[in-house]
Amino acid sequence: MSEPALLSVENVSVDLPTPRGNLRAVDHVDLKVGAGRTLGIVGESGCGKTMLSRAVLQLLPKKAKLSGRVMFDGQDLVRLDPERLRKLRGRSLAVVFQDPMTSLNPVLTIGTQLIETLQEHLELDGHAAKKRSVELLAAVGIPAPEQRLTQYPHQLSGGMRQRVAIAIALSCEPKLLIADEPTTALDVTIQAQILDLLAREQRRRHMAMILITHDLGVVAGRTNEVAVMYAGRVVERAPTSALFRNMHMPYTQALLAAIPKIDAAPHTPLSAISGRPPDPTRPIQGCSFSPRCRFAAGLCHREKPVLTAAESAAHQFACFHPILAAAGVTA
Amino acid sequence: MATLELAIDEGFAIAPVARQRRLGPLFWAAIGWMIFIFVAAALANVLPLPSPTDMDMLERRAPASMLHWLGTDGLGRDELSRLIFGARISLTVGLCAPVIGITIGGALGMLAGYFRGRFETLVVGSMDVLLAFPPLILALAVTAYLGQSILNLTCILGVLGIPAFMRVARAATLTLARREFVIAAQALGASHARILLRELLPNVFLPLLAFFLLGVAVTIVVEGALSFLGLGVPPPISSWGSMIGEGRESLDVAPRLAFLPAIMMFLTVLSFNLVGDTLRALTDPRQGAL
Amino acid sequence: MLGFIARRFLYLVPVLVAVSLLTFLIASLLPGDLAYVILGDQATPEKVEALRHDMGLDQPIWWRYISWLGHVLEGDFGRSFRTGQTVLQAVSERLPVSLELMFLAEILGLAIGVPLAIACAVRSGSAFDRFMTGSAFGMLSVPTFLSAILLIYLFAVQLHWLPATGYVPFEENPIDNLRFFVLPALTLALAEWPGIMRVLRSDMIATLQEDYIALAKAKGLKASRILFVHALKPSSLTLITITGINIGRLIGGALIVETIFALPGIGRLLVGAIYTRDLIILQGVVLFVAGGFVLMNFIVDMLYAVLDPRIRHGHA
Repeated sequence: MSEPALLSVENVSVDLPTPRGNLRAVDHVDLKVGAGRTLGIVGESGCGKTMLSRAVLQLLPKKAKLSGRVMFDGQDLVRLDPERLRKLRGRSLAVVFQDPMTSLNPVLTIGTQLIETLQEHLELDGHAAKKRSVELLAAVGIPAPEQRLTQYPHQLSGGMRQRVAIAIALSCEPKLLIADEPTTALDVTIQAQILDLLAREQRRRHMAMILITHDLGVVAGRTNEVAVMYAGRVVERAPTSALFRNMHMPYTQALLAAIPKIDAAPHTPLSAISGRPPDPTRPIQGCSFSPRCRFAAGLCHREKPVLTAAESAAHQFACFHPILAAAGVTA
Repeated sequence: MATLELAIDEGFAIAPVARQRRLGPLFWAAIGWMIFIFVAAALANVLPLPSPTDMDMLERRAPASMLHWLGTDGLGRDELSRLIFGARISLTVGLCAPVIGITIGGALGMLAGYFRGRFETLVVGSMDVLLAFPPLILALAVTAYLGQSILNLTCILGVLGIPAFMRVARAATLTLARREFVIAAQALGASHARILLRELLPNVFLPLLAFFLLGVAVTIVVEGALSFLGLGVPPPISSWGSMIGEGRESLDVAPRLAFLPAIMMFLTVLSFNLVGDTLRALTDPRQGAL
Repeated sequence: MLGFIARRFLYLVPVLVAVSLLTFLIASLLPGDLAYVILGDQATPEKVEALRHDMGLDQPIWWRYISWLGHVLEGDFGRSFRTGQTVLQAVSERLPVSLELMFLAEILGLAIGVPLAIACAVRSGSAFDRFMTGSAFGMLSVPTFLSAILLIYLFAVQLHWLPATGYVPFEENPIDNLRFFVLPALTLALAEWPGIMRVLRSDMIATLQEDYIALAKAKGLKASRILFVHALKPSSLTLITITGINIGRLIGGALIVETIFALPGIGRLLVGAIYTRDLIILQGVVLFVAGGFVLMNFIVDMLYAVLDPRIRHGHA
């Protein structure tokens, strides 16, 4: 990337005070997303990927403490004054949440929730906003869009609701879309459709996108670059094809192995990663993954590995015992 | 306009903040006041106070003095002594009336919640009907026709409290009747009476007690309101309410005659409300049985 | 939607019937021979007997109930033997006063309670929030007649800003009319706002935690829009319920205030009827008030369905 990145997360840490002690949800994370590019963030529940997205959006809980910089389009979002931040949101920076049943307001119509964004940022009058809304709903593949405007979220199916959420996010032509587990709450059959929709719209609008998920399979083929997170840190980062060909982290490999394969023999046991993610209020000395890692040795339990470059500068990993052989798959 | 701060929970249950704080100094101050006023009222006859009914026409509305620590009222009667004897009346009605409510209402509520079916519909329906009537009107009508007396007042206020206690008892019973310990008792062949008395009652009792305290507060207020209008306790008996009513005439000259009993009433009602509310928060049957 | 209304209505009817029955029984079973009371010192045994026969008082009680109910359904609530007015006349004279009082009281209560609730919900946990919540709790322990005395003392006796008692009809002099209503309405509002504020606040705190509020914020909407459209609307259900229940309660509870401030409303009519043993008025007005309360609850239920489309469509 020769031009400066559209979004640059620089040394961001998020701390949450809890009754049980300080919780470090995000630990010194660096990320970059270029204009028109897609970044996938993969990790188990509790690895901090959602907190990271909230940090970028500046939607952290009241008590959270954020350190570092979030540079978006040349401005540091952390230090931006609230009114300018508000104008950015929904306009240049958009988000799709995981569960459309809870992210759409149940007592307001679909039309209201679409039109208000258009009127706020694009200052369209009622008639133009309505027309635009219908176009947007059609673009995301919702049949009979005019009728949907007066309907309520609970009258639509899960997949349709998420399409509406996507339409809302795309309505003001954002430069960056953050999709936080957009398909986790949906039926498996709908998941591919929604992901394809996102990818298609992203290409069409030349929009940058961050796709957050716990499923490595989702990012394969749909992202330019992948960052794997564990216990609040980025543990491996690479262009997508390189990651799948040449994964270096035992954790990434385990994640890949955990995806059920359609061509596996019947009754093949699903391989899961043994153990549980660490308690964020009790940081472990040494590598956070070491209790569960097959390759863990003495050094792993004593020191935290830092991100170092692999065969190319674009591919980084944080491990003392990386898998160096080409043991991956083609994505 | 200030930007909103949003509390997005990441799944960490924050314990209800107030719970830990509730048993704080305010709670104990309230208990202290309740004990103080109760003891003072109980010992009214024994305390070295001038008589509350002796009128001294030469010393009307007199300010505080060595003889009359809080001064005298419009008829020259000692204010402090009247306050304490007034406490007697207010507390008597205030404590006795809810007893009617808790026994009858509590029993009806438990039976309704346990047996369900048409009986429950009947009980709930009748309570709804009773609740449709403005309570003050009912109280006024009864005392006007049956005569003003402490007994009548206590009875009608007690009856008016029955629907509320019924609701509390029924809600608690409904929650508890489905718990394992009740089903276990039924499986062991326990009779209905046994289950009601031995299993349910001890658990329903605490929420009812909490509500009882709140009921005392409400009763003191209602009795006070009626007596204020001269339609509650029969003159010449005075409760705080009647004292406030009488003090109303002297507002321009001696406002303390109205405000002293007002403060007493406020503190007492506040104390009962505080303790009752705290108890209610602590003994919600949804949080677990004893 | 129609089915929903019909079902609720069916529950309404038996309750209204029961209310009418109870009203009638209370009035009829109270001791004191009505005929005696009417004739006063002109009572002789023959006259009493004749009057009782005339008024149908010697009929069995169930007959009297049916006959009374029949009259009521035709719109004839009876005629006071004291004043000669029909119940409906008396009520229609007094009702506007009570309604104006209730209406103003509720508006004032909302005007105090709703902004405080929103302000506290947004600053939940802060010193301001705790102070306001504590004040609301304390206010709940102040009886209406106490607030009345306090307000009278402050504004009438000390400051001489407002009159303590009196009434002037709105048509005659709107300004004076409102002046007379300020203290009574404020007294009632002081009793109303804590309840409104506490419930709305806790409702809004819960609402503000919802994902859709986070999304509304992420969409860059103005804070005022997020608060008043996205956050308040789901809570408006609770608000309507409380307001409806309060108004229903106020029908009877305004009695104290009406008496203290000498407002010629329904409450004072009732108190007067009790004093003068005017049973007909008492019966008719109590039925009116109780029936009104039941109807008010019914309307609240209907509004529920309008505001929460999930209930209309059978969800939630």
